[in-house]
Amino acid sequence: MSSRDTILQRLRNRSGGNLTAPNCDFSVLERPDWPVSERIAMFEKNIESVHGEVHHCTEETWLDRLAEVLSTRGARNLLVPKEHEIGLKLRSAVEREDLPNLLIYDEPIESWQSVLFNDVDAGITSTRGGIAETGSLILWPTADEPRLMSLVPPVHVAVLYASDIYTTFHEAMQVQDWGAGMPTNALLISGPSKTADIEQTLAYGVHGPKELIVLIIE
Amino acid sequence: MSETAEHSPHHIDVKEFHPRAQAAIHNPKIRQNFRKAMDGLMTKRKSAFEGWDLETLRDLGANIRLRALANLPDLLEQLEQKLTENGIKVHWAVDGDEACRIVRDICKARDAKTVIKGKSMVSEEMELNHYLEEQGIEALESDLGEYIVQLAGETPSHIIMPAIHKNTDEISELMHEKTGTDLSHDVEYLTASARLQLREKFMNADVGVSGVNFAVAETGTLCLVENEGNGRMTTTVPPCHIAVTGIEKVVPNLEDVTALLALLTRSATGQHITTYFNMISGPRKPDELDGPEEVHLVLVDNGRSSIYQDDELLDTLRCIRCGACMNHCPVYTRVGGHTYGTTYPGPIGKILMPHLIGLDEGRHLPTASSLCGACGEVCPVKIPIPDLLVRLRQESVDGDKLHPAKVRGHGAKRGAVEAMVWKGWSWMHAHPGMYRFGTSMAARFRKLQPGQIGGWTQYRTAPKLAPKTLHERLKERGQ
Ligand code: SF4
Repeated sequence: MSSRDTILQRLRNRSGGNLTAPNCDFSVLERPDWPVSERIAMFEKNIESVHGEVHHCTEETWLDRLAEVLSTRGARNLLVPKEHEIGLKLRSAVEREDLPNLLIYDEPIESWQSVLFNDVDAGITSTRGGIAETGSLILWPTADEPRLMSLVPPVHVAVLYASDIYTTFHEAMQVQDWGAGMPTNALLISGPSKTADIEQTLAYGVHGPKELIVLIIE
Repeated sequence: MSETAEHSPHHIDVKEFHPRAQAAIHNPKIRQNFRKAMDGLMTKRKSAFEGWDLETLRDLGANIRLRALANLPDLLEQLEQKLTENGIKVHWAVDGDEACRIVRDICKARDAKTVIKGKSMVSEEMELNHYLEEQGIEALESDLGEYIVQLAGETPSHIIMPAIHKNTDEISELMHEKTGTDLSHDVEYLTASARLQLREKFMNADVGVSGVNFAVAETGTLCLVENEGNGRMTTTVPPCHIAVTGIEKVVPNLEDVTALLALLTRSATGQHITTYFNMISGPRKPDELDGPEEVHLVLVDNGRSSIYQDDELLDTLRCIRCGACMNHCPVYTRVGGHTYGTTYPGPIGKILMPHLIGLDEGRHLPTASSLCGACGEVCPVKIPIPDLLVRLRQESVDGDKLHPAKVRGHGAKRGAVEAMVWKGWSWMHAHPGMYRFGTSMAARFRKLQPGQIGGWTQYRTAPKLAPKTLHERLKERGQ
């Protein structure tokens, strides 16, 4: 008999008899329906408490803020999506001198891995929403915005629409109907990469980005 | 079974609990490192649940886990089917050795020479690193704590914070000696050095191995909870990703995960959420530009299906490995994780390990507790750890056939003298004449009673026998 069948058979022929499944009441996770402004405030407070940086922008001002943020960090280049409107808008601003070099992730990682790991200073991605209660960003990487964009460069800039901020993870999942199907990879990101493995002392950027910058568009 | 023999892990003798505990208690450095860390974690956990209806949330957590266990075989089949539809290959292993061989075969098929590993307690259970090294495959830990522990040639001493037993000085010296970094107290510098060393390894590894925190049957999704990003690197950069997990980690729906995640991170480190909550539902699609080409899941039994047979012991399988029970355990806090000599230390280890290694080998584990109840009180899924400890204590000395034993090695702690004493005791109680004679003799010759009675008088004074028996006194009062 295969190991699979051995294991399943042992579980099915349980000597203690059948187990009854208790009911699960999720109402303890429910929160009042907060107005957007309060959700923004809570999101901001929570993500800042884990070292995330928030900038309030509008459709008109986010490019300026981004340019500012990147130049204070001396970023030489920025990885941008090819198709997403964020990428399109950035690329149409080529004449701007305050923006760093724009790079596009449009080849399989194998062909440019060492460049990505060693020479890219920052990456910008869209988000699928935010979670106020925990200060989290929801990311569903795609062919246009691959997984490593938000992981390898030392600075990750995320664009978040204020209207997409949910109060809880539970709410976000229900409203966006995640149960209907998941992408190959989905993420909640709450702050930059960190560790406390050395005597409980916090250090940032241990494997992923050292900085997480969120542009909230209201 | 010749293949099993080739896997010969270097064992720490679990039976040596007492001498190790003595040594740890007399080691001020160990005590300081643990005390400091655990005090901090207890405070953080408490404040992380402020404003929550914690009891109701814990009830929900317990119910979610119980519901999953009630449907375990069906859920595992559903998970397998969904994962397969998503393009993830599923393997089943009855024990750690088989799981190791499955990992080896996947590596061999890819001609893999190097494996990079995210944190996984099941792989510690399997002693996977050791096995792979024997097979000529390099296995490197990528979690900073695990990396440090591996440099030191040790095992993790805590399931969430593997290197908690070391302070910055010790880590600095270790990294200096093994990797040539400068001696430094600067944690930023040490972390940055490790980042550099590991980045190279991520890029060049042939296979990434990770654990799983929750496996969702509904969508075929493997969830991983982490702060560092090493877990994302491990599961994204190498061309092949192998996840290993115990069979009990499956839950029916994504919704379940929202509650368990809220409990897990707050209980473990007092964080509202970790930096990364990574949900993997398939390998790289043809149009995607990164991610592994191949994803495997190894479902490991290793004793879990036998725990599953018993109504009471089954509760052990609810565990979501948050580590809160060890953070709050007065024994763990003083002796540290290595003292236990087991993969899982602390309260959860004391109830889980006897199943995995038998009560003969693990006979000291259930007694290494003050039964203060702290572990049961903090457990986010309400595992009645103290009750289970008492049950296992009973099984470890149980010589009669009253309670059919469930755990291998039952009765192992029963000593010959103790057994004789109890036998005599029960015989006397069944014979009133002998009982009266015995007790009056004991009262008469009470001066001869020894001042030391084994373990009992190690921390207590010996009880004194009364000059007259209760029967005699009642008689005198004419009753
Ligand atoms: S037994 Fe409970 S407290 Fe201990 S690790 Fe498991 S879930 Fe956490």
